[in-house]
Amino acid sequence: MMKLNGWGNFPIIDAELTSLECFQKTPSGQYNRVIPRGMGRSYGDSSLSQTVVSTLRHNRLLEFDEQAGRIKLESGVVLSDLLEVIVPRGWFMPATPGTRYVTLGGMVASDVHGKNHHCDGSFGRHIERLTLLTADGQQLECSPEKNTQLFHATIGGMGLTGIIMDLTFRLLPIKTAYIRQESIRVNNIHEAMEVFEASAEWTYSVAWIDCLAKGDMLGRSIIMRGEHATPDELNATQVQQPLYLTPKKQRSVPFHFPGFALNHWSIKAFNALYYRKVPAGSSREVVDYNTFFYPLDTLLHWNRIYGKAGFVQYQFVLPRETSKTAMPAILEHIAHAGTGSFLAVLKLFGKEDKGYLSFPREGYTLALDFPATSATFTLLDQLDELVHQAQGRVYLTKDSRLQSRWMQAGYEQLPIFQKIKYSHDKAGLFRSLQSDRLQITDSPLPTNKENPS
Amino acid sequence: MSQLSTPTLLILGASSDVGRAIAHQYARHGYQIILAGRHPEEMEKSANDLRIRYRTEATAVYFDALDTSSHKDFYQSLESRPEGVVSVIGLLGDQDKGFEDFDHAEQIVTTNFTALISILNLVANDFKQRGSGFIIGVSSVAGERGRQSNFLYGSAKAGFTAYLSGLRNALYTHNIHVMTVNPGFIHTSMTEGMDLPGALTLEPEDVARDIYRAQQKKRNICYTGWYWRWIMLIIRTIPESVFKRLSL
Repeated sequence: MMKLNGWGNFPIIDAELTSLECFQKTPSGQYNRVIPRGMGRSYGDSSLSQTVVSTLRHNRLLEFDEQAGRIKLESGVVLSDLLEVIVPRGWFMPATPGTRYVTLGGMVASDVHGKNHHCDGSFGRHIERLTLLTADGQQLECSPEKNTQLFHATIGGMGLTGIIMDLTFRLLPIKTAYIRQESIRVNNIHEAMEVFEASAEWTYSVAWIDCLAKGDMLGRSIIMRGEHATPDELNATQVQQPLYLTPKKQRSVPFHFPGFALNHWSIKAFNALYYRKVPAGSSREVVDYNTFFYPLDTLLHWNRIYGKAGFVQYQFVLPRETSKTAMPAILEHIAHAGTGSFLAVLKLFGKEDKGYLSFPREGYTLALDFPATSATFTLLDQLDELVHQAQGRVYLTKDSRLQSRWMQAGYEQLPIFQKIKYSHDKAGLFRSLQSDRLQITDSPLPTNKENPS
Repeated sequence: MSQLSTPTLLILGASSDVGRAIAHQYARHGYQIILAGRHPEEMEKSANDLRIRYRTEATAVYFDALDTSSHKDFYQSLESRPEGVVSVIGLLGDQDKGFEDFDHAEQIVTTNFTALISILNLVANDFKQRGSGFIIGVSSVAGERGRQSNFLYGSAKAGFTAYLSGLRNALYTHNIHVMTVNPGFIHTSMTEGMDLPGALTLEPEDVARDIYRAQQKKRNICYTGWYWRWIMLIIRTIPESVFKRLSL
């Protein structure tokens, strides 16, 4: 037994942690409630259960066709390790989340999205096939052609269909390890949305948004757009080895900050400073891919900034049709609550993919984080209602406190997901604290076969 | 890459967690790798992984330490002669079972000691003829003093440690370096489920890095987790009259 938690340091539970190798050797029937886990970067309780199966030692690259850009690998490979292999050879991820410290298996289970979602969809779109270890110990190959429904249930399926053993996907060709970035400062949410609508041609787009600004400045933002840089856009030093980056020193947050460190005033000051970092209008620069895609990774353990009590992330998406009116209304609600978010990110998603529980759908998404306080939980309950009224949904990977009724309403394909899950897992072996809380899985039966070890 | 400029490392017991980590460490530094062990299918995957990541040559070869009669053929049929050999072979076994059942005790002793003499003698004689090479034997801190909880394993490791020490002495004038590695606690499948002290327990990758550095510096004895040198110094100095009363 050991203490386990997600990246938000909330909640923390006692769980049994075992390796995938050991889990496979143990006779079935030994376990009651199992969930796979990679780097533990989901924020809340998605990777917490009675038994947690770590995939981290299951981390080999199996096949790499360097000409075609197709790779097959085991699910415990960490994205940062993969990037070190593929980038120098001229390949990049077709979709990447905002951190490199996730496993590829976790990226499938969360069906992660990146700044290019409006063009290229979520990660699942690029997966050709995967192997799934199901509750009865079988290994099933799943693809858009084979075991199709199980494939679409597993992509974005939060580890609830079984354990992903390996996956094969297509990479994106690049000429350099750099991004040509353009930053645009806009005065409010309406201008931000206009810029997003006009940025459809850009491969990457995302906005940092100041959630404490009010009135005419409501939703003032810095929008960052980017393209993979070509060699002629690099400076003299960069162009020498366009696909190699010199390693940078990483800084770390050495301990949990005291709870009062992040308050209304410090966040407001930070946001004001950040906003002024970019001159009025727009600016251009060429930055390396780590700076563009993984800005927070340069600060290891940044989650400690929120102190021991932890924090919650909240990300939702609204359909395009309701975004225009509902997004400003929600921002107004947040700005008036004044609990302020240190890092708020706005993005326009493109077409929805096929994962039954995948989060992205066409429309605007906003991601926020808050300290885990009672005021925050009250605010988030109110936001849930507003999101629901606008026919939106909340991202499960970041959630630790949503009520099941809102989840059930937001994910229309949940019944299909459940039907497929239970056809491969009759006893409901694979479940997490989150899946029980949200009633994606049946709430646990009273057990008389608690794990004997 | 040319065969001449790239040294080859042979890893005995390569499908273990530490064996895999050592393979990565040496491949990253430009070595060709021969993985030898009992799980060819798994090792073939690992060899592939090394080839993809480091663009080095890596092969997987079946090797059964307990089948000592096969060792000569195994070593002679290797495609390229290794410049370095590391043995990560070890079996913790079950102390209580081995105390009752000699077959199990013998298995523990053979795996950790006598079988290794068979293969390392072959390697040592080959290196002696060639006048170069290095041998790394992964022993254990358990070999430094017999404790009631694992003295079958410990006594076999003690034998192996003494063998390595003698081998180092015998090969010194032949320009062959022999290094003894005494790892402390490591998070591996061998120790999974054990209640290990977190602060004193290393990851296989840390152990592999320590081994590589120590070998490059031609250290004779390498404790992975430097503090184990001092812990073991204390444990060795406890008088036997006191030690026998302790529950260790």
